[in-house]
Amino acid sequence: MIKQKKIISADILATPLRMLYDALVSVMDFIMHPIQNRVGVRGMAYIFVLPNLLIFGIFILFPMILNFYYAFTGGPRLFPQDRPFVGMDNLNRLFTCQDFLVPNSCREDLFWRAATNTITFVILQVALLVLVSLMTALILNRNIRARGFFRSVFFYPVLLSPVVVALIWKWILQQDGVLNALIVSLGGDKLPFLISADWARFWVIIISVWAQMGFYTLILLAGLQSIPGELYEAASMDGAGAVQAFRAITIPLLMPTMLVVLVLSLIRAVQAFDQVFAFTGGGPGTATTYMVQYIYTTGFANQTREFGLAAAASLVMASVLLLLTVGQLRLGRTSNLA
Amino acid sequence: MKKALFFVVVMGLLTSIMPALAQDAVELRITWYSDGNEGEVLRGLLDEFEAANPDIKVVVDEVDYANGIQQLLPVQVEAGEGPDMARVTNFDAFKGKYLDLRPLVADAAYWDASFPAAALAALYNADDTDQIYGFPNQFTVTGPFINRTLFEQAGIEVPSDMNDAVTWEEWTAVAQQVAEATGTPYAISMDRSGHRFAGPAFSEGATFFNEDGTITMDTPGFRLMAEIFMGWHTAGITPADVWIGAGGTYNAAAPYFINGQLVMYMSGSWQIAAFARDIGDAFDWEAVPNPTGPGGSTGMPGGTYMVAFGDTEYPAEVARVMDFLASVDALKAFTEKTLFLPAHLGLGELTYETDNAAAAAALNVFVSEVPKLSDQAYELQFGGQAFAINNPVRDRLTQVLTGELTLDEAMVQLQQDVDDALAAQ
Amino acid sequence: MLNFLTNTRGKNQLSLSDVATYLYLLLGTLLMFGPIIWLVMSSFKDRTELLRFPPRFLPYQQESVTVPGYDDPLQMFTVTFEDGTTRELAQVRRVGIEAQMIDPAQPDEIIKVNINQRQPVESVAFSLENYTNGVTRFNFWLYLGNSVVVTVAATALTLLVNSMAAFALSKYQFRGRETIFGVTIGTLMVPISVILIPVYLVITEIGWNNNLIGVIVPGAATPTGVFLLRQYMLTIPDELLDSARIDGASEWRIYLQIILPLARPALAVLTIFSVMWRWNDFLWPLIVLSRTELFTLQVGLNSFQGDLQTQWELILAMTVLTLLPITIVFAFLQRFITSGIATTGMK
Repeated sequence: MIKQKKIISADILATPLRMLYDALVSVMDFIMHPIQNRVGVRGMAYIFVLPNLLIFGIFILFPMILNFYYAFTGGPRLFPQDRPFVGMDNLNRLFTCQDFLVPNSCREDLFWRAATNTITFVILQVALLVLVSLMTALILNRNIRARGFFRSVFFYPVLLSPVVVALIWKWILQQDGVLNALIVSLGGDKLPFLISADWARFWVIIISVWAQMGFYTLILLAGLQSIPGELYEAASMDGAGAVQAFRAITIPLLMPTMLVVLVLSLIRAVQAFDQVFAFTGGGPGTATTYMVQYIYTTGFANQTREFGLAAAASLVMASVLLLLTVGQLRLGRTSNLA
Repeated sequence: MKKALFFVVVMGLLTSIMPALAQDAVELRITWYSDGNEGEVLRGLLDEFEAANPDIKVVVDEVDYANGIQQLLPVQVEAGEGPDMARVTNFDAFKGKYLDLRPLVADAAYWDASFPAAALAALYNADDTDQIYGFPNQFTVTGPFINRTLFEQAGIEVPSDMNDAVTWEEWTAVAQQVAEATGTPYAISMDRSGHRFAGPAFSEGATFFNEDGTITMDTPGFRLMAEIFMGWHTAGITPADVWIGAGGTYNAAAPYFINGQLVMYMSGSWQIAAFARDIGDAFDWEAVPNPTGPGGSTGMPGGTYMVAFGDTEYPAEVARVMDFLASVDALKAFTEKTLFLPAHLGLGELTYETDNAAAAAALNVFVSEVPKLSDQAYELQFGGQAFAINNPVRDRLTQVLTGELTLDEAMVQLQQDVDDALAAQ
Repeated sequence: MLNFLTNTRGKNQLSLSDVATYLYLLLGTLLMFGPIIWLVMSSFKDRTELLRFPPRFLPYQQESVTVPGYDDPLQMFTVTFEDGTTRELAQVRRVGIEAQMIDPAQPDEIIKVNINQRQPVESVAFSLENYTNGVTRFNFWLYLGNSVVVTVAATALTLLVNSMAAFALSKYQFRGRETIFGVTIGTLMVPISVILIPVYLVITEIGWNNNLIGVIVPGAATPTGVFLLRQYMLTIPDELLDSARIDGASEWRIYLQIILPLARPALAVLTIFSVMWRWNDFLWPLIVLSRTELFTLQVGLNSFQGDLQTQWELILAMTVLTLLPITIVFAFLQRFITSGIATTGMK
């Protein structure tokens, strides 16, 4: 009942907008129709991809190719034509290791530390993020009061900028911060939240889950609500228990949504940089230095801006990611989504 | 609907982007960053300048230091998109991009007489001889501060009151006694910075620069100071957050000192204005001379430069602004209002705008530290390798503190870092 | 406890699982909002209070009194004497570890006490100074305007070009389709910070430096957006398009009048993404826009971070200000945003 009302009121509001939209459609159609007559229905496909393709080509693809070129050049100069070609030097430098399992034995020990840190972070963060989001979505999907309110509560941190998130939590977690003050007042000892490597890694994961879970919760909640209730009724009439129904109905029907969530959260986890950098600066030591930070600091933050080395590192990272994406796509194919 | 909005916005954009119609005044740009009030002070000076020179308008673009000045400004300048002038600390990053002001300034002899030749030469490329690319507008010296009130409460004499040459070992021991006697959580700390560590290391006998132009990081003196410093952490007498709790960034221990939770704090002259404001009357604080060791008693010089870039469209106007900012009156006002140490040789008697006696006393202590700075310290700051050495020192030492590396491993990696940086130049 | 896994709606009695549900939600609310409330509280604290260990929840300021004969207001302390009595006294000056104090009622008599015997008298005071100081040093309205222009224009552009491309990639068979989609997917995970320099060179060549367009356009062709919208549009039945074509609708009309309305939930998700990215973007605007009059809020905000000092009190206050617009928009639209995604369903 309540829902019905909402839609009606929204429609009343929307009428003038809709008329405007319709007028716009007609105007645009007036321009586009002759074009379609020239290029045909098939040809229109190219018209539709063109703007995106142009922007993509100029601002993403071409820079990536340029980056590829950078990876084989050296020196501090910015413009490609000023940079001497050095062949495989940069890649060799990254892969000079006595023992690939011991970062300390590598010439670019930071690169290898960053690589291992990134892998563990991505796995743990995505797992926890999906788990917490799913849990929250299931709870919000129950028949609860003030669902809209709680939905917004979990969503709000999503709006905060990564730097603000980092700032807030740094203040809470620092050695003499609120959380330790609380622990001491309860009779405990201060914990080395940002000083011990393991604690820092733990908190980096926690705050990124804190900042992002609202978004994925909403997507999962949407997926849950699109599952027809009759299915559950039928299942319970057939004598299926709650767990059985969850496994037989919820999980399979939620899979497509789950895949979107996985892909999106994986992308963000791999790209994790600004929030972590503002939060721990990659420390303690190098415990939370991730790949993007390594690339960024090698290219920018160091005195000698080694664009070539940074580009080589990003090349390695991109290759790994490509493999990963292809694998995901395969996974998507099997579940009929891509 | 969204499209309609889009068109409105695009139209708005187009109108806002169109260059303002023919302006009478030349507009110059300064990229700037502020630690405290210096942005406002600069603006005040420029307002005076604009009033006297209606044909020039100077806009100050204030950005953050770490990203805006350190990382992106060199890229912008190299791409030919830089400002006309800027305040920089990493002046090595812009070598070859500066504007030679010598033929443009009203009186080049004034510049030669006012700024140390070495300070002007710090901006030079290898084949430069007497160019004027800019001037140092702030000079800093590193050195320790103590909380004297805690010493009084503990009933322990301040070592530097009795003895001119106190070692880091003595200071560490005394600070620890004071902290224990007064129940103060931390005895001693140092900002997270290779620049801060360098002075003490030189005092303990470290040398970075060899006579043949090579650089050696691993010396007994460096290790000695590193071990003293590591000792603070193993003894738990230093706030571990400062070095370990921050990754690849600078971090100051100032909050601990301001809160009266720290007996001794190795920092530098730029803290004076902040201490005067934030400590107020809470306790007596003072600067003490840099501790002495086999290598003497030295801090590190430092500071910022005001530089002009060669890509400017209006070299003559830039020179007029630079002439004004480098003038005795402007620089004196700037120094007095910001509580900076002057980098100008002839400012005469300064009357700092503070009624805080502790601040005035501390400024004097730092001024008397200047002649004691060692050659190695100057070489590190102005020899073109400052950031290439200081940042790895900071980060590798932190890895030792967290246990990721042993001191031996760290020394090897440190040498490698410095060699790589030199090779890449 | 188990039935919360499947339960959608319907029961009326408060069971154990309901209690667990509300506990979870309450705890969640605390965890989500606690840190933000802490931020807001901190923004009202003055510098000394901000640096204080251990921190306190409410902002406090030391009380002071004006006593005739003294120009400046004197700070108030509670002094505990050896005999155990306490008095509230004003401090005239402190010399070493001895404080000279007076009773404001009898300003003539100086009482000397050890500084360990005094405790400052403090009261809760929300200091607006951070905000007023911040706003004078921080051109809030100008930066806000730039941020709004960038966010709105970039989001509109993103929605338009991404949805057009997604439409073509999901509903047409044409040569190069697989390649285009493949390349888009392949770049899905590469963050812009990695290719910052090449993109900057491209912008420089085009001449879009110090131009809001240089911030708006490059990020518009988001692989994420194309991917998200394409996945969604695949679920729109082709029969709808075919019957429209039979009715004589042009492809453009089909896109605007069938595809876009049906893809609203996915567009809503992308809108949120885009707004978040653009509003909070820092590094890219910083490199493209070096002129104050073009700064966005995030760029301006970070200028309080110096080399040796960071003015946290200003950053905190201005952060709260930058959060306000987006919070207000969210508060008004939250029903639309959250239920838009949630009730229509992301298929």
